[in-house]
Amino acid sequence: MSVNWKNIGLFVLVGFLIIMVGFLQSWNTALVILNMGLISAIMSLGVNLQWGFAGLFNIGVMGFVALGGLATVLISMPATTDAVNAGGLRILLALVLGAATIVATIIMRSKMAAGRARSMATLALLVVGFVVYRWVLDPAVEAVEAVNPASTGYLGGLGLPVLLAWPVGGVLAAGAAWVIGKTALGLRSDYLAIATLGIAEIIVAVMKNEDWLSRGVKNVIGIPRPAPVVPYEIDLQNSASFVETASSLGLDPVMASTLYVKLGYSLLFTVVLLMILWLAQKALNSPWGRMMRAIRDNEVAAEAMGKDVTARHLQIFILGSAVCGIAGAMMATLDGQLIPSSYQPLRYTFLVWVMVIVGGSGNNWGAVLGGFLIWFLWVEVEPLGALLMQFVTSPMADGYWLKTHLLDSVAHMRLLTMGLILLLVLRFSPRGLIPEK
Amino acid sequence: MEFLNAFVALSNYVLIPAIAYGSQLALGALGVTLIYGILRFSNFAHGDTMAFGAMVTILFTWLFQSWGISISPLPTALLALPFGIAATAALLLFTDRIVYKFYRKQKAAPVILVIVSMGVMFIMNGLVRFIIGPGDQRFGDGARFIIKARDFKEWSGLNEGLAFKTSQGITIVTAFIVVAALFWFLNRTRTGKSMRAFSDNEDLALLSGINPEKVVMYVWLIIAALTTIAGVLYGLDKSFKPFTYFQLLLPIFASAIVGGLGNPIGAIAGGFVIAFSEVTITYAWKKVLTYLAPDSLDPSGLVQLMSTDYKYAVSFAILIIVLLFKPTGLFKGKSL
Repeated sequence: MSVNWKNIGLFVLVGFLIIMVGFLQSWNTALVILNMGLISAIMSLGVNLQWGFAGLFNIGVMGFVALGGLATVLISMPATTDAVNAGGLRILLALVLGAATIVATIIMRSKMAAGRARSMATLALLVVGFVVYRWVLDPAVEAVEAVNPASTGYLGGLGLPVLLAWPVGGVLAAGAAWVIGKTALGLRSDYLAIATLGIAEIIVAVMKNEDWLSRGVKNVIGIPRPAPVVPYEIDLQNSASFVETASSLGLDPVMASTLYVKLGYSLLFTVVLLMILWLAQKALNSPWGRMMRAIRDNEVAAEAMGKDVTARHLQIFILGSAVCGIAGAMMATLDGQLIPSSYQPLRYTFLVWVMVIVGGSGNNWGAVLGGFLIWFLWVEVEPLGALLMQFVTSPMADGYWLKTHLLDSVAHMRLLTMGLILLLVLRFSPRGLIPEK
Repeated sequence: MEFLNAFVALSNYVLIPAIAYGSQLALGALGVTLIYGILRFSNFAHGDTMAFGAMVTILFTWLFQSWGISISPLPTALLALPFGIAATAALLLFTDRIVYKFYRKQKAAPVILVIVSMGVMFIMNGLVRFIIGPGDQRFGDGARFIIKARDFKEWSGLNEGLAFKTSQGITIVTAFIVVAALFWFLNRTRTGKSMRAFSDNEDLALLSGINPEKVVMYVWLIIAALTTIAGVLYGLDKSFKPFTYFQLLLPIFASAIVGGLGNPIGAIAGGFVIAFSEVTITYAWKKVLTYLAPDSLDPSGLVQLMSTDYKYAVSFAILIIVLLFKPTGLFKGKSL
């Protein structure tokens, strides 16, 4: 294989941009960009699996990312003992009953012959199931949410190491993807898009409103860090050996501790990114990957060759969503908190799409590059836009309404810029920066 | 008496709001369905086009208000509506010229056009936030109510009041006029017929000498009118906030799919199906049931099936049910 200097050059360029931020702004900012860039690259690998390999149009990335975030809370936060005693079992029972209703309905529908009797029975079963579910659930929820609502008021989690939450986040996202894929795959491509858009809104709505689960808009703060690799700043500053090492390097201990923590995250994220990238590359070049691309390029022909198109689509849809879930769990770990209202579709769904398209759909390296580059732009467009606006408005008098308005609206430049980049790439270089081979 | 009270409460909290909301959704879904039928892609920028039209109308409304022009008791926004439609039409034609036309010429796959519309959505969303900001804007003026709750109580002697907001009345009347005009246009005029022909069979339409660019232009003009009217009506009825318009995308698409994508009658029916389910499922039925049930059986809770925060879950659930059992929608839609 010949060395592709152009692609290496692109990665070096992005690395150089981030290092420049380190010199010009601060190393903390540079590391923040790097860490979120790593996570963005994983998200965009997930979407690339779905879109690049299989041509599936998923615009519910936000929902899968949010589920990953929820997993960190469920796994790593300590359990609220009072709340669990007050209503934990009852909530669990209600959830089991709810699931049982749905399963029973499905079984009954497969057993009975189609007709009016079956429709009536379905309706009756669902209504009774719903009433019982709410009858069991509601008092328990009230009891749980009444437990010290200012600081807890939710069930809490299992108190396990947070690293465990990453795969669990993937599993949760995979479960949601299975449900969506089962209903919407095999129909027209737009239907999957709408269905994923819907499930994402609903997942976030559940996290915002079910206080017993995720504290809703009260947010969960203080998610534990992945302990040995990422310590707390204050512990580092209190450790004599760390302060000594820092000062021998000529660094202020406070500054050194923040950098050390961020580097710890970078290390963990890099390991995960490399693992997923390796797997994705293996998958792409395996018979399975070739089959996927064959299905993408000509569904009819692939079906004629005996491939089960819908089943393969379901498979890769679940895998891609699971990767997004893992990235979501990593992101909540990095933030150390879960803020359900911060999940915005423009930021978590559409931005990831821009990453994939700009990087090069169908190419894993392209997706990774797009993740870093677009994230970098997303962060840096705002200060650059502010500079630009200052330049544009400099001839205007201070306090002139247009000047104030333009300077205040700089924050919205990002959306415009991202839309513009997406349209320009689609128009003039539809295969992206690193095209599919 | 009990029954009448129950009926008035039902109308007040369920029927009238659902009809108004259904009209707004129907107008939105009509736009989605027309683009799907004639331009053959799902337009994700639809919600943000609505926001843009509403925004321009709001700016003109403020201008007129500052000049002291008003058509009280009707809201000034109605006077500003034509200007909003004109600006939206200009924007849409411009977008079509520099963005969509290229892909149409290439005969690009529909999914590429969907992604392109996503880029357009980004830009429109940014534009709206850039010009008017992300916050809530109120622009309704004129009389607030056609029927006030207290007047109704005095007139009828019932316990329950019936309030009928001007914005709801305007929504229903406008939607009716717009839909009637649209169907007249599609079924009776030459241009409308050529549009339907183009939607049914593109090649045959081209063969019989229909100019595709002209058809496309008329589609965008109609879309501009539909989106702006729907956006302004929604804004008058609830309030204007760019992000809610983006979120409207889900119920609007659900309406169009439930009715059958590409089928205008289906879009209207779908809009009302979604609106009625959303309102009835998120409404607390306690009041109505208290009137109807004997005293001993009065419900203790609110009898609300789902909290209002889950209204999008309702349209989503209906969408899933339709996808599972009748993927072409209630009325026969296109399946491309």
